[in-house]
Amino acid sequence: MSRLVAFGRFWWDFVIGDDWLAAAGVAVAIGATAALKAEGVDAWWLLPPAVALVLYVSLRRAARPKT
Amino acid sequence: MSAGFLVLSSFLASAVEFVEALTIVLAAAVARGWRSSLVGAGAAAVVLAAIVAALGPTLTLVPIDALRLVVGALLLVFGLQWLRKAILRASGLKALHDEDAIFREELEEASRVQSERRAGLDWYGFTLSFKGVLLEGLEVAFIVLTFGSTQGSIPIAAAGAGGALVLVVAVGAAVRAPLARVPENTMKFAVGVMLTTFGIFWSAEGAGAHWPGSDAALPVVLAFVIALSFAFVALLRRAAAPRVAEVEA
Repeated sequence: MSRLVAFGRFWWDFVIGDDWLAAAGVAVAIGATAALKAEGVDAWWLLPPAVALVLYVSLRRAARPKT
Repeated sequence: MSAGFLVLSSFLASAVEFVEALTIVLAAAVARGWRSSLVGAGAAAVVLAAIVAALGPTLTLVPIDALRLVVGALLLVFGLQWLRKAILRASGLKALHDEDAIFREELEEASRVQSERRAGLDWYGFTLSFKGVLLEGLEVAFIVLTFGSTQGSIPIAAAGAGGALVLVVAVGAAVRAPLARVPENTMKFAVGVMLTTFGIFWSAEGAGAHWPGSDAALPVVLAFVIALSFAFVALLRRAAAPRVAEVEA
């Protein structure tokens, strides 16, 4: 079991890294692009500002002084 | 995307990872012996080759839109990790990556562990080298497979990675020291920008969106990501300055 956990943790660290919120933000933005497309809106313009927002939030979290 | 751009992206990303792997292999070799370290590196290379050989052909069977969606999302998450660290380093909020310092730390740690011989090899030297090459190499394999499969040309992406491997190994063998003069932090910044750019482009296409001008939109996305990154560096430098002044006072 512990090997399975270690295996899962390795892939989590490898892909998601140390900010899961950024990965979640990316997933939401891509999901919203697909949902808009399903409604007939070609939302190619959505991801760039969404990525800017995700990066801003992620940097703010990383740059916050540790208390 | 032109073949040149694909080769360059793959080359830069792979070179950064190979420089890091070289530091670990060198530290293991100096502290524990060349034979164990080189056998460890060779064994990791064989495992990596098996992973690429197994996954490469499988990826080409996946429908291109599904592949672009998954690969684009992964590249975007991966790219944002690189970019965040690179921006923090460039703005002075995170220590710069220093191969000399990493080499000294690895060397010190490797020298402290007692010798244990298995199959005629120093086991610590073997595993240190094996893990280092496998972990750094996995990132290279991921980048080559994702870039290559999405563009339908894994061999071209692999050529970029192969060129980086030959160059890093040749220079490493010549100097027998960590490649501290390689502008690694700048290269990491460039790789973060590229991964994020391709991630945005492909995940939008995979989600069904169509970029105006098709592939011609890629340089525009690239310019956007570069401008965004520099803006964040400037913003963070300004925000960090009072904190640094406070500490110095």
